[in-house]
Amino acid sequence: MFSGFMVNTWIAATMAAAIAGVVGFFVVLRGSAFAAHAIPHGSFGGAAGAVLIGANTILGLGIFAVGGALGIGWLSRRGRHDVATALALVLMLGLGALFLSFSVEYAAAVYSLLFGEVLGVPADELLPMAGLGLTCIVAIAFLYRPLLLTSITPEVAEARGVRPGRIETGFLLVVALASTMTVPVVGVLLMFSLMIGPAATARSFTSSPLRAIGLSVAIALAIVWFGIAIAYLTNYPVGFFVGTLGAVAYGCARIWTAQHRARTAAILTEAPPLAAG
Amino acid sequence: MSHVLNALFAPGFFANGPVRAAVVVGAVVALVTGAVGVFTVIRSQAFAGHALGEVGSAGGSLAFLSGTNPLWGYMGIAVVAAGLMEVLGVHRPRARDVATGLVLGAGLGFAALFLYLDTTSSTSTGVTVTILFGSLFTISQPMLPGIVALSAIVLVVIASCYRILLLSSLSPELAAVRGVPVRAVAIAYLVIMAVAVSLAAETIGTILATALLVGPPATALRLTKRPGGAMVVAGLFGVAAVWIGIVLAYDSFYWPPVDHGWPVSFFVVAMVFVFYLGAGVVAAVGRARRNRRVGMFPAMGESGCEPHVDADAA
Repeated sequence: MFSGFMVNTWIAATMAAAIAGVVGFFVVLRGSAFAAHAIPHGSFGGAAGAVLIGANTILGLGIFAVGGALGIGWLSRRGRHDVATALALVLMLGLGALFLSFSVEYAAAVYSLLFGEVLGVPADELLPMAGLGLTCIVAIAFLYRPLLLTSITPEVAEARGVRPGRIETGFLLVVALASTMTVPVVGVLLMFSLMIGPAATARSFTSSPLRAIGLSVAIALAIVWFGIAIAYLTNYPVGFFVGTLGAVAYGCARIWTAQHRARTAAILTEAPPLAAG
Repeated sequence: MSHVLNALFAPGFFANGPVRAAVVVGAVVALVTGAVGVFTVIRSQAFAGHALGEVGSAGGSLAFLSGTNPLWGYMGIAVVAAGLMEVLGVHRPRARDVATGLVLGAGLGFAALFLYLDTTSSTSTGVTVTILFGSLFTISQPMLPGIVALSAIVLVVIASCYRILLLSSLSPELAAVRGVPVRAVAIAYLVIMAVAVSLAAETIGTILATALLVGPPATALRLTKRPGGAMVVAGLFGVAAVWIGIVLAYDSFYWPPVDHGWPVSFFVVAMVFVFYLGAGVVAAVGRARRNRRVGMFPAMGESGCEPHVDADAA
């Protein structure tokens, strides 16, 4: 499990999970799950186009991801945000369907792009992945304060001269970078699940941003490592384990917080004088 | 005249059985998604609609495994997913996004599993593409009555709940004061949307179904503010997109670069997008003209007008 080509897999998946954990925290905080789903998913069309003309897949993914991020920003300036996201997504996917129908050997490629093929990462993809990942982290660090400010108290942000539109576009571009780096290795589904599940779970345990980001990365890493291990042993697709484990983690967190709240409430009712004070 | 017809419709268009089925199914489904989608746009539930369509991939691939029609798979999973979203808190504004995302992620996980089993259990490798991107020309004739009946049911439900649905979409507080069970209406609407988006998935694929659910209604709402009128206009735009898509896809069998025709779903999505952008231009021109007419009081020209509906419906 830890020999030969699998070493690359572990490295790639670890990088992807770390980036997804960090970016995912802001996705959940800002309520931009639809955009975070649409950008990686739509960039699939770019990969299909790159396969068709024999270009580099990462280049195709990157062009469509960045184009999608800018397109969503441009369309939502003139219309509803969710409608803009949906239309940008289906347009990119429609183009993907067109490119696919032109190329000869597509079925396997479609499947691995959509659902990930963690078991078999080429060594020469690791360095570009690391570079893009580093860029994402630097961009997030740079945007950290304005992102938090526009997400939590938009009024204060505006009063301080932060432009919410620009921050939103900048954030979508970070999501685009993150998906360009991870989609060829982990697939559309893994990336999206890794951004939502761990971050939502972490947010229900702590409200401190830095602690939540750390917890989110830890949960994402645990899910990915666990998913790859089971996938390796059972031969079933890794996307299934990662997709469902994210939901399971969140479900457990919800049950735990509900019980915790009930216990606190019980303690408070047992000792009314203290509660009143 | 016949030259023009021949140039527009490649030979054999009207005599072709699958094409005729596609024309009927496409029109019926576009009318249903147009009516249902207007509320999707008003309620800002495009993400939920998209998620319900896409988790249908899991149902479609499961149905393929068991040999039943994919439509029942799409619908079964979509209705279950609607229930799960509701349990996770899709009704609370702050939790809505995450609830939808989690259900979508888990649903896609199951889709990965079932599609993997599909491709390993059968020799047909195209099942992934068919389920995800659809193929209107392969709808089996025996499914026609079922699709039409389901569409009729959805339209009747929407028509009979029109007023409550509209009130609870535009102003949930006012609806609650008037005694409308807002939460029950929201659940019922999620289920209706699940059925509508499954019908769309049957025509243009699970991941493109959103195009019909969101595109034509958003286009119509740019042109008219009246929801009832928007439902009709959205239906017409949807039918136009699907029919133009079918004609172009049929013609494209004679186009380069390959000799097997371009995917019909691509043309439908492209038409939907063109209509949306076009409606934006028309609305902007109409606003500018009104503003000029009203002069100093541009705000007065904005309220309650519904310009250019006839021009675009034609």
